[in-house]
Amino acid sequence: MSFIPAPISRFFHRTASPPHFYTLADKLLPWLTVLFLLLLIPGLYGGLVMAPADYQQGDSYRIIYIHVPAAWMSLFIYVLMAVMGGIALVWRMKLAEVMLISSAPIGAGFTLVALVTGSLWGKPMWGTWWVWDARLTSELILLFLYLGVTSLYGAIEDKRSAARAVSILALVGVVNIPIIHYSVEWWNTLHQGPTVSKMDKPSIHISMLIPLLLMAGAFKVYYAIAVLQAAKLELIKREPSAQWVKNLLEQNA
Amino acid sequence: MPLIQAFFAIVRRDLLLAFRRRAEMANPLFFFVLVVTLFPLAVGAQPNLLRAMAPGVIWVSALLAALLSLDGLFRSDFEDGSLEQLLLSPHPLSVLVLGKVFAHWLVTGLPLLLVAPLLALFMGLPEQAMPTLWLSLILATPLLSLIGAIGVALTVGLRRGGMILSLLVLPLYVPVLIFASGAVDRAAGGLPTGAQINILAAMLLLALVLTPLPTAAALKMSVN
Repeated sequence: MSFIPAPISRFFHRTASPPHFYTLADKLLPWLTVLFLLLLIPGLYGGLVMAPADYQQGDSYRIIYIHVPAAWMSLFIYVLMAVMGGIALVWRMKLAEVMLISSAPIGAGFTLVALVTGSLWGKPMWGTWWVWDARLTSELILLFLYLGVTSLYGAIEDKRSAARAVSILALVGVVNIPIIHYSVEWWNTLHQGPTVSKMDKPSIHISMLIPLLLMAGAFKVYYAIAVLQAAKLELIKREPSAQWVKNLLEQNA
Repeated sequence: MPLIQAFFAIVRRDLLLAFRRRAEMANPLFFFVLVVTLFPLAVGAQPNLLRAMAPGVIWVSALLAALLSLDGLFRSDFEDGSLEQLLLSPHPLSVLVLGKVFAHWLVTGLPLLLVAPLLALFMGLPEQAMPTLWLSLILATPLLSLIGAIGVALTVGLRRGGMILSLLVLPLYVPVLIFASGAVDRAAGGLPTGAQINILAAMLLLALVLTPLPTAAALKMSVN
């Protein structure tokens, strides 16, 4: 790691030590919660009250303020898990394993939210709860990939090897996600095209776009809060007899 | 021993082991035929319906047969300790793993070609689709073995890995299923199938290069 400057490398290693990470997470959590509320409240108000109704879809389009950020998060978290998996395999860093495992149920939750809200929106718009459309199908397969990760981790007794297995699986999955996505897209598509990420000119009005981006930020921060909480718990579960855990218990007693 | 010799030594050994247990070799075939037989019983025997469903039914059954036969890929080697010897050998594990997968495909994947005409007959698949069905089976069954090997390597240390294996592997099989059954479907309708076949071939080449690496890494994890 000689190409990484020494102070950064030192910071990296210190943050990766469980007790240091635990206290850091404790310090960060209140700030993240404030930030979350600062993004969530204007995002929800802007999206549900201020933004105009869609000329075609009426008020029911407003579900995108939950649906789209959740769908973004579902992919984002899987990619992040693969990055953690790579770090865990190359540097054998325990914290990366812990973050990977803690992310999986949260990512599965976001995927489920995206699927359920999409289905609720699809009933009035498409006239059916579920269609075998490309994006819906690849989102469903993504949910199965998440469930595979959590069940594989649960099935292997030794948690160090379980974490390695899950890291390999996450990397294999992330290579497959684009292949699955494009093969399913070719297979069948009905979903409306992307409205935000078109580079030249987004086909969404600015008054609808700003709340959407606020909500996307809020979801990202929510993920950070949830994953830090889960990682704290996982760290304690992994090293129940470590000295720093005992000190922690005595402090709180 | 040079690497290429080691590779063929593995293939020869696995083939020899398989031929000593000939009865087991036929099981995936029987399973394949049996699953296809269940469909007309379940959905009704209208020829039009069956003909329309034929490519999908044949391919889903082939996929399940491949999945079921996967479990034996590393199981006996893991139990008698020869997997550890493989890990200790001076040759790269990924190449040896490729040899094992190749032998496994010769024994379980290739024979599916023999019963494919029978099933096409059962389901009323037009004769013009037969060459494409064979071609898609030749290209896609090794793909199933290669991708499945990752899942088997991850779960071989588990006492009851079967359910988890299918949960891990089936989502990864989706692109193979789409293009393979798509090719047969188009061939049955008399349409050109070049695109699907080319993509299957490209995926096979990609899998030949990439999948032995995570399989080897997962085996090292499982043996520990």
